Amino acid sequence: METTTAVDKRTGREVGTQEPTRTMPRYRPLVDIEEHADELRVIAEVPGAKAEDIDINYEQGILTLHARVRPRQPENVNYLIREYGIGDYYRAFEVSETIDPSRISADYTDGVLVLHLPKAEKAKARKVEVKAR
Amino acid sequence: MTNRWLVRRSYPFGQLRSELDRTFGDLYGWSRAPVGRAGARRGTYPAVNVWEEDDVLRAEAEVPGLKMEQLEILVQGDELTLKGEREMENREEVTYHRRERGFGSFSSVVRLPVEIDVDNVEARLEDGVLTVTLPKAPSARPRKIEVKTSNH
Repeated sequence: METTTAVDKRTGREVGTQEPTRTMPRYRPLVDIEEHADELRVIAEVPGAKAEDIDINYEQGILTLHARVRPRQPENVNYLIREYGIGDYYRAFEVSETIDPSRISADYTDGVLVLHLPKAEKAKARKVEVKAR
Repeated sequence: MTNRWLVRRSYPFGQLRSELDRTFGDLYGWSRAPVGRAGARRGTYPAVNVWEEDDVLRAEAEVPGLKMEQLEILVQGDELTLKGEREMENREEVTYHRRERGFGSFSSVVRLPVEIDVDNVEARLEDGVLTVTLPKAPSARPRKIEVKTSNH
């Protein structure tokens, strides 16, 4: 079976192998993952993607992010300097927290995707009182 | 303030390196990257692509999360400089599971192969992608020269 390779944008290094979907290179977006009291927040950089070309899927604890990127250069472009490649973004995470999939939401501004993954009620931290004897 | 753009240059002692950069940044040449040498720009943020379209050059850089007012675009002769700063958000009540995105100030200098008409440079920012249109200086544009033949 043919495989495609995930490439780190900055270093051009291979960072993993995934099942193929298309033959274009796919880049691994840089992310910050923050845990807040009531949600997990995934902040991903997908510059060049349009909001309508971003697919987010959450299924059985796996969060996948796929952003299609349309070519921005004319065909047969002649690069004078080429320091990075352009292509789709793809990344998948195993979410260990218990979250409420029905309330996942996303915002997109200036090439930055912010995913809000609200914690399920039962997973929210509860303060446990310790009684002194 | 630490400077993640520099830490990411595959330096094994990130923290130490960031401290050094804060103090001796210029010694490492990041505020004014040496240009013209092969590989000199490796790891400079932002990375830049440049291509040619007829009478203009277009330079493109990915700067997600930045607004135009946070960017400074300078053209001098044949040198293009992209400068800016992304502030680090540090909130006490947040636990970071991953922090890969860069922060801090950056400066990226590229040498263009031709002189630029600096008065007519335009920039636009869309979905985190900065595109700078750099018209070639009239002296750098190809001219069609008519060759007169003296054949009869």
